[in-house]
Amino acid sequence: MSGAKDCWRKPPFIANPVLRYGLYGAVLIYFVATLATLPIDWDRVADGMTRAQRIFNGAFPPNFERSGLLIDGFLESLKIAILATVGGVALSVPLAFMAAGNIAIKPVYFLGRAIIIVARSFHPVIVAIIFVKAVGFGPFAGALTLVVYSIGFVAKLLAERIEEIDFGQVEAMRSAGAGFIATLVYAVLPQIMPRLVGLGIYQLDSNLRASAVVGIVGAGGIGATLANAFGRYDYDFALAITMVIVGVILISEAVSGFVRKRIA
Amino acid sequence: MRGRLALVRKTIMLKISKLTKHYGSGDPVLKELDLTVEGDQLTSVIGSSGAGKSTLLRCINRLVEPTSGSIDLNGTEFTTLNRRELRAARRRIGMVFQGFNLIDRLTVMENVQSGRLGYISTWSALTRRYPRDDIRHAYELMERVGIAHYANKRADELSGGERQRVGVVRALMQRPEILLADEPTASLDPKTSEQIMSLLRDLASELKLPVIINIHNVTEAKEYSDRIVGMRYGRIIFDDLPEKLTTAEMDEIYAGVPAMDRAAVGASVGAGA
Amino acid sequence: MMSTQPLQDTLDHWSRFTLRQRLMRYGGLALTLLLVGWALGSIDVIWEWVWDSPRQMGDLFGRMMPPDPSNLPSILEAIWQTVNIATLATMVAVVVSLPVAYISAQNTTPNRVALWIGRFILVSSRSVNTIIWALLFVAIFGPGIVAGIVAIMFRSIGFLGKLLGEAIEEIDHKPVEALEACGASRFKIVLYAIVPQVMPAFFAVAILRWDINLRESTVLGLVGAGGIGMILQGAIDTFNWPEVSMVLLTILALVVFGEVVSSYLRKKIL
Ligand SMILES: Nc1ncnc2c1ncn2[C@@H]1O[C@H](COP(=O)(O)OP(=O)(O)OP(=O)(O)O)[C@@H](O)[C@H]1O
Ligand SMILES: [Mg+2]
Repeated sequence: MSGAKDCWRKPPFIANPVLRYGLYGAVLIYFVATLATLPIDWDRVADGMTRAQRIFNGAFPPNFERSGLLIDGFLESLKIAILATVGGVALSVPLAFMAAGNIAIKPVYFLGRAIIIVARSFHPVIVAIIFVKAVGFGPFAGALTLVVYSIGFVAKLLAERIEEIDFGQVEAMRSAGAGFIATLVYAVLPQIMPRLVGLGIYQLDSNLRASAVVGIVGAGGIGATLANAFGRYDYDFALAITMVIVGVILISEAVSGFVRKRIA
Repeated sequence: MRGRLALVRKTIMLKISKLTKHYGSGDPVLKELDLTVEGDQLTSVIGSSGAGKSTLLRCINRLVEPTSGSIDLNGTEFTTLNRRELRAARRRIGMVFQGFNLIDRLTVMENVQSGRLGYISTWSALTRRYPRDDIRHAYELMERVGIAHYANKRADELSGGERQRVGVVRALMQRPEILLADEPTASLDPKTSEQIMSLLRDLASELKLPVIINIHNVTEAKEYSDRIVGMRYGRIIFDDLPEKLTTAEMDEIYAGVPAMDRAAVGASVGAGA
Repeated sequence: MMSTQPLQDTLDHWSRFTLRQRLMRYGGLALTLLLVGWALGSIDVIWEWVWDSPRQMGDLFGRMMPPDPSNLPSILEAIWQTVNIATLATMVAVVVSLPVAYISAQNTTPNRVALWIGRFILVSSRSVNTIIWALLFVAIFGPGIVAGIVAIMFRSIGFLGKLLGEAIEEIDHKPVEALEACGASRFKIVLYAIVPQVMPAFFAVAILRWDINLRESTVLGLVGAGGIGMILQGAIDTFNWPEVSMVLLTILALVVFGEVVSSYLRKKIL
């Protein structure tokens, strides 16, 4: 190397130039193609603007006159969230044991994982639609939806926690001649309990949020109230509901964060 | 006052006078401190933890805002500059840090060139197309300190000593008029530490660059410096050639109770050593 | 944890702490039971329907079997549209969220006003669900993919901005200080000392959000905002249950595909 070297290029992220420019090209083509074929109808947008204007005019000021309806909707959301959390956590515990690679035998493990994947894959709104069709409109469909939703999250993380437990205690129990269930209850459960409580509190917060949404497709709670208000062009009431939803979500997030910090 | 170093060089580079610094409302951490550094000497500042060495160094380029006093570098008064002027003036002061303060995920060359950020256009900073002169200069300096073959390596792949060399080159890329180093060797093993010290000493004389080093290792300080400044809680109580630093004076420098020393404004702490 | 329990019981001055802990535990349990009792007692459900529900669900499931692939071409086209919605919306949201993250991070915000504006944007974006955003944008843009993209984008900005802002707040300040000492301008400091440090978080967060958006995009169609949800809604409305199950299977495949791709990208880039 000589002192006269006066040229330097940053080594590229992908060393192979063919691959590099190929990738750049592919990304570019994807964007141009998808963006260019976006069906934006500007007349419709202009139209929509006046409509948005009308919605906003109708929404301000927010109307809290029917606060009784609002409170009822909220209490229903809260009940749905509580029941779904308890039910979901209760179902998650056995499911998590099934889906823990260090405890369950292979076929059970795969079954457990498959259930979790299916529960995680479907957006609660889709699940809610199906349940509404199966068991009818109302909070019961909402609670079932959120049970599925809770399982997808709680069982997954709980299974991961179980997979990293300290096996010393399990072996101690086994050597003392304890049965399989006794081992789980006395050696594994205490280890995962703090995590389970933390997840439950977190999930209560998530369920409260989600219950506002699944209501839109008929699964009860404040979401149903919101959808009704929107459908009847009561935009001022809809805005009031939205504002309360946002407020409650912020409060519940703060409370759940605080509680989880305290028990952690 | 003790015998100041004779003024062998004509150019006075850095002149600090009556520098005072309060953090918040407590007692001052620096008290009306005077210090002049000139020519190509390597000056070591020693003193116990909390004596105010880092504060002194950081006040010079105003990483820490001085409370009062004056800092003059070759005719530029630093304490009165506005933000823009200060940015321009800071290019003239190179700084080397104890923790190297490199950008881990960038290459050595980018780290080195970041010393030129005050000079180059935003466009060439963004595209990493640095001016030819700067690249040549960077390779020369990297060759000088022995890291030229690492130009394309990421900074976090280097050892501590190599990282500190990158830090030194980054500072020198600024073509500074003075180099400040806050415990540049404190995170290094003894051997690497000596290599960096001798590098700094050699660079000082090669580049005619005054260097101020904060250092805890008194043996190293004595071996590599042209001058030693001893600080005790906000003031300078020793300022002389390394060989003049006796055990008694060292005891004096490293003695004292911070709170009492700092509170004793105006009292001649350590004067009767 | 278990082994410390007897120890605590034998030590006198520890018992108060243990008692409090125990009270908190029993209190928590009692509170939970109380809440469940209240919810069960007052929730507005028809219990006959509840007892009947397993049969109803079995019935519905029976009608869904076997899935009917005859409409597969249009299902796949809708899935492609769903992928496009998620991808474009994520890309745009990532770009938009950068300045928002910058002004809402404590250590980079230019001033308090900007900080509060940034936080307001993040909170309002995050607390309004995608579906509600979609309702609004369908009203503005009309039914279709554009409303879906904008809705997903609006929801993503808050998520991305919040996580990126946290990443900015967690950076190591030392390189920033070093570049300040070099006399670099604010923008160049951002470019050299902040951007490289948040880069890994940036990619991780963008990939994570893309994965989430893939799922969210599947429901947009239910309010008319494009994607696979449109077909699902149509099939449900016409009681075409075999097609519903086909759509559900495709969504499952899409989500699994999304997870595979995102974990591959994560490994590749980080
Ligand atoms: N940012 C700050 N805010 C408040 N007080 C500070 C700050 N920085 C330093 N101090 C205080 O100023 C005093 C001098 O600190 P300084 O870092 O200058 O000492 P030092 O001589 O460099 O010590 P060390 O050898 O441990 O690096 C200390 O008491 C310190 O607590
Ligand atoms: Mg220091």
